[in-house]
Amino acid sequence: MAVENQRGHLGDKDGSGDPFPVGMRVLAVDDDPICLKVLETLLRKCQYHVTTTNQAVEALKMLRENRNKFDLVISDVNMPDMDGFKLLELVGLEMDLPVIMLSSDSDTKLVMKGVTHGACDYLLKPVRIEELKNIWQHVVRRRNFDCRDQNKASNEEKAPNIVGESSQGLRSENSADQSKRLGKKRKDQSEEEEEDGEGNGDDEDPSAQKKPRVVWSVELHRKFVAAVNQLGLDKAVPKKILDLMNVEGLTRENVASHLQKYRLYLKKAAQQANMVAALGGSDSYLRMGSIDGYGDFCTSSASGRISNSTLPSYASSGIFSRLNSPAGLNMRGISTSALIRPVQSQSINSSLNTLGNIQPSIFPTNQSSSLLHGIPTSIELNQSKQSNSPTGISQLNQVDLSGFTVASSFPDSRAAVNGPNNSLPCVPNNHLMLQGNPQQTHSPGAFRNQSSVRVASLSGESFDMGMCGPSNLLDYNRCNENWQNAAQLSKFPANSLPLCEPFSNDQLPPTSINASNSSTPIGNSPVDFSSRTRMTIPVPLDDARNELRCQEGLIGNIVQPSSYAPQQRWEEHKLDYNQNMSRPFNPVNSHASHSGVTSSMGHGLNQNNTICSNRFDASLVGQLNGPSPSISRCTEVEKFSSDIRLKQNETYILEQMKSQDGYMQNTFGTLDDIMGAMVKREQNELTLLDGEMGFDAYPVGSCN
Amino acid sequence: MDKNQSRRQVASMKQSLFDQGLLDEQFIQLEGLQDDANPNFVEEIVTLHYRDSSRLISSIEQALKERNPMDFNKLDTLMHQFKGSSSSIGAKKVKAECNLFREYCRAGNAEGCVRSFQQLKKEYVALRKKLEAYFQLARQVGPQETACRSK
Repeated sequence: MAVENQRGHLGDKDGSGDPFPVGMRVLAVDDDPICLKVLETLLRKCQYHVTTTNQAVEALKMLRENRNKFDLVISDVNMPDMDGFKLLELVGLEMDLPVIMLSSDSDTKLVMKGVTHGACDYLLKPVRIEELKNIWQHVVRRRNFDCRDQNKASNEEKAPNIVGESSQGLRSENSADQSKRLGKKRKDQSEEEEEDGEGNGDDEDPSAQKKPRVVWSVELHRKFVAAVNQLGLDKAVPKKILDLMNVEGLTRENVASHLQKYRLYLKKAAQQANMVAALGGSDSYLRMGSIDGYGDFCTSSASGRISNSTLPSYASSGIFSRLNSPAGLNMRGISTSALIRPVQSQSINSSLNTLGNIQPSIFPTNQSSSLLHGIPTSIELNQSKQSNSPTGISQLNQVDLSGFTVASSFPDSRAAVNGPNNSLPCVPNNHLMLQGNPQQTHSPGAFRNQSSVRVASLSGESFDMGMCGPSNLLDYNRCNENWQNAAQLSKFPANSLPLCEPFSNDQLPPTSINASNSSTPIGNSPVDFSSRTRMTIPVPLDDARNELRCQEGLIGNIVQPSSYAPQQRWEEHKLDYNQNMSRPFNPVNSHASHSGVTSSMGHGLNQNNTICSNRFDASLVGQLNGPSPSISRCTEVEKFSSDIRLKQNETYILEQMKSQDGYMQNTFGTLDDIMGAMVKREQNELTLLDGEMGFDAYPVGSCN
Repeated sequence: MDKNQSRRQVASMKQSLFDQGLLDEQFIQLEGLQDDANPNFVEEIVTLHYRDSSRLISSIEQALKERNPMDFNKLDTLMHQFKGSSSSIGAKKVKAECNLFREYCRAGNAEGCVRSFQQLKKEYVALRKKLEAYFQLARQVGPQETACRSK
């Protein structure tokens, strides 16, 4: 439990016999070497354990590596590489550690700023040792506070929440209680997310719980994080968190959606770290978490940075395998297989996880690891993301994308895959579809996936063509591209996703895709995040429209949080894609939403894709109903492929989000946020990926 | 040479720095941090400060040369850094000049800035010389608080 960890480092026990505050671990950050040295010496004199750095980014890195390595952070206000207040916010949001600000300027405005950003103290330079002797009180205070909350929470044992898939579990749990409220809450959450994504209104109104919209202020989030840490991320159930937080007017739904985002965010951050190594570092992910402190959290996810990081993880196909295994991944509606999307459905958090999870599973079946590679990463992302809602979204996207990519890559083989996996097949199916492989007959469900995948691929290509521009296209685009490349998708002209054809396999009304493709110059559009609200994705898909809608909705939702504006377009597309992809599984709507979102993310690449994806969804959705996962998977697959390329977790997230579509329906609220975050991330990633659009990279290659 | 005498000399030197308002409480804090593990802590810090601040001084001088218009924001930022550094070693008068300078900056008073900076530099150089002399003597004497080590 985090709480215990916290306590642990402080001393053995809380209370008597505890050497604390001796040995308290402090991280000191100041760009002025003299001040830093003096501070360090002063702290050592107080018998604290001191670590110093003169760079804020370095400090963040250290903190992110292991949050439990430190008890307290002291930071200067004026630093060249990062504003001290920003660091303050980030630390508070991500690690929930007490932060003390330091400055030689005693201006009241600055002090106020420190307080509103969550600093537990504000010291003036030069610091006196007497003041430093007492800073441990902030640690103790926080610990006790969390402890108290925790006790309360533990009393009410919430149903087992399954974090990973759990998002879903939570959701179900929650839904059970408040299904009705959920819907509403989700909306609220979405709004909230939106707000967060946009404005991050944490500064004011720390607990505006009374209002239907909950503004996750820094303070509120801090409590939230403390509660989550206390419970342990895996065991953190909204109900318990809610109790621990003990905030008036806050509902479980609020917490649930926030939890989703938070999970995603964390995942992203983790992924980011991994990715950095793997991909070459998308720092953006990490940043994701802390957009403006809290804002970052939301935005980061959106940026889909995660995709980058997550992508590598995908390679670990391990994740996929997990997903796949549930052949019934039905995470949520989407046949578990590709359901990375499922994440979406549940709540962004869940979805993300699911996505991540789903994807892997999907892939394994389909392809040879290659695809999976791409996907797993996304899945991973998703998983991590799940918790962090904003990040979660990104993850979702990513996942989705992978799913897609995967799908694309499985041109024929996929079909096969689809069969078995209903869940997974999504990817392969789609893939096939995209590929134009008629063989895709992959089971109806699979087909769906295929279509979705197709779309993705198609879009990918088209996106690439079109989207490449937006760079942020979110991996999704990449995925698309990859698909296209790999799948040799008929070059879908940006607008004309030939996907339709491939889908024709049967179930998916390929035409729809085509239609979408051509008609949907999705271009950035429909999904435009601007349409945040659900599905404003103007995907011209005829039938897919609906689906797209859903997707869009998702995208929109997701997009919202993320304010990735430019990317959103694509992302939306991507989302659409994803949605489409994922949609197949889920009811059109759900898919749509998810996919839309994810697609958008991924779509960035292919505007058309979005359209196509939308179409897919429509068709897919219909068909997929069952195998919806395939779609998600497709995204995943795509993701993977793109992952490889895209690394853009974002797309993955999209995918995830998409797959989640089915699921997302519910979680739109949160998903949006996540999506937003994801989208953002993806966008960022996409940008990165743009170059990489060549999905070829992804193993999907088998697609062709 | 009589250690006690030297030590007394060092002590009175230090005292005069305080009396003249050149140093403040922070300097004493720094001395308090000096121990066996860090026998020359104060000197190290002061040396570090002068090395770092000379860079800032020239930057400020450079910025002051741009008259049309004078970049007050940049000057303010630079001075803020310099002030933080100076206050860390307890340079009282220098710090006061820094504050004055920043006020002129905020007021957009170019002349005031230039004048204040001239004054600041004078104080800065004066303190530096005195501290150098002080440390030189102190090194000869040995640690002040603890038993004096024979040179």
